Amino acid sequence: MQNNFDIESSCRITNDQVLVNGSLMLTREAGSENWLADIYHAIGMQYPKFFKMDNLCKAGTLGAELLLRDTDLDRENVRTDWAIVLMNSASSLDDDRHYQQTIQDPDNYYPSPAVFVYTLANIVTGEIAIRHKIGGESSFYVLPEFNMDQMTDLTGQAFAATPELKHILCGWADYDNKSCDVQLFHAVRK
Amino acid sequence: MDTSSRKCMIYSIGDSIISPLAMTSQGNYAAVIRGESRLQYRAHAFGLPEPCFVSLLDTERLDSAFSALSDFGAVGYTRMEKAAIVAAAQAIEEANIAADREDVLFVISTTKGNVELLEDNPYEPERPYLWRSAQIIAEYFDNPNTPIVVSNACISGCAAQITAFNQLRYGGYRYVVVVGADVLSKFVISGFQSFKALSVERCMPFGGERCGLNLGEAAAAIVYTMGDDERRVPDNALVFCGGGIRNDANHISGPSRTGEGLLRAIHAATDGYDLSQLAFINAHGTATPYNDDMESVAVNRAGLQHVPLNSLKGYFGHTLGAAGVLEVIMSKQALADQQVIKTLGTNKPGTANEVNVALQTQNAPGKAFLKLISGFGGSNAAVLFEIHRPKQ
Repeated sequence: MQNNFDIESSCRITNDQVLVNGSLMLTREAGSENWLADIYHAIGMQYPKFFKMDNLCKAGTLGAELLLRDTDLDRENVRTDWAIVLMNSASSLDDDRHYQQTIQDPDNYYPSPAVFVYTLANIVTGEIAIRHKIGGESSFYVLPEFNMDQMTDLTGQAFAATPELKHILCGWADYDNKSCDVQLFHAVRK
Repeated sequence: MDTSSRKCMIYSIGDSIISPLAMTSQGNYAAVIRGESRLQYRAHAFGLPEPCFVSLLDTERLDSAFSALSDFGAVGYTRMEKAAIVAAAQAIEEANIAADREDVLFVISTTKGNVELLEDNPYEPERPYLWRSAQIIAEYFDNPNTPIVVSNACISGCAAQITAFNQLRYGGYRYVVVVGADVLSKFVISGFQSFKALSVERCMPFGGERCGLNLGEAAAAIVYTMGDDERRVPDNALVFCGGGIRNDANHISGPSRTGEGLLRAIHAATDGYDLSQLAFINAHGTATPYNDDMESVAVNRAGLQHVPLNSLKGYFGHTLGAAGVLEVIMSKQALADQQVIKTLGTNKPGTANEVNVALQTQNAPGKAFLKLISGFGGSNAAVLFEIHRPKQ
């Protein structure tokens, strides 16, 4: 196993809580219908594109925002010393099911490019790369469940393979059956 | 002998392509050299209301190849899994390794796996999950490790190979079996149609009048290992020389106008390499107006516009998660024969910047080829390979 980076900060979004560096930041209000939008407003994010996204991209984008808003990323120039290494279990199945509904019934057939574009697991890495101008590697892996050792291995290998990388936004971003599980980390080369 | 001068190499020891053209790497290469393609017009493939121009695996042929592998019947496996297993089995047989060992890892490249099961799933509820298809494939070979699925849109096949190289260098595995596989469905084709990305005629990669891509089904597998004993490297093996993945940070579905991400991936792959040794570039060349323009810009910015360049999409269509694996195997065979395969479907090139499109299969001397690939999510990859020439 590679021992070539430190975790500088972390962020977790579950179905009812947001934690930053292990501290509770936000709790879902009873009866809230739109938890991801609640988080967006609560953290004062201003990024209208958020509302076009599917749930996986919304969840990943919020996690990245919480994790990176205090870093020196300037969002003007593409940073090539930053990379994104994400993984999950459901790939884009939440949006896939949504898209399937648009083609299931021949009498009500309306395939939508705005829905189809999110039927790829790695679009969330693209959305985060655009928002934070991250121009290094972007990789997406699918595994049965979150495993810290596997995440550490894949992140360490990315650092080892690319000497100019200094930072990796890494971790787990999953959205499946109305259940959100985001665990992101800002990894910094030792 | 001074062991410090020995270079550790990552190289291939077996490969296979399952496509509508043929069921082996050699068969596919021979068919392509003869100029064959199974891309054809289908008025209502998969019950779609609109026509498409696609290359589909023959289910009967696939089932008989699968049944010939073992006593396992073809029942209980999806088309994608069967294609992936047949490809992996052939590559593993050529590699002559025991796939049930702990030092063997499976890396599966797929974009949509078994997504057609969302319409009708006779299997267990987890079957549409990509990790589950990967598990089915690895379990067929009694492999004890959790397979890694790489799902990076259209660059998945090359990204999976880069993951494999990392696992060999840093992950402690002795062999990595890379399998790329995707099949078509109403889901996938209707989505590309909704994007207006498909041509209903044969695609024209880098052609001045290109109007969209064709989709195709395929599976392809390569077994990689790492070692410092050159005598063990098979003749004409792929030898990994460099590679990288870079993001445009520009748009989730549109290629960058400046080719920024692909240019940086090319630099990552070719850093320190003598580019006069480059025999050809095997581009992504999907035949969409934007993709091919972007590649032409990146290739010019890298100063490689004079290098012969081809796209194989006119033979196989865009095979999604299989593309990066399949096209590397085809390019390996071409490099062994010191030729660049012609870009089928294209007579008159025309891209934003001029590139040297191979319009005929022609002599292409050189030690290496460069594979380019780009996809949704702003991702780009470039991988540089040499082959291990037989000693004269």
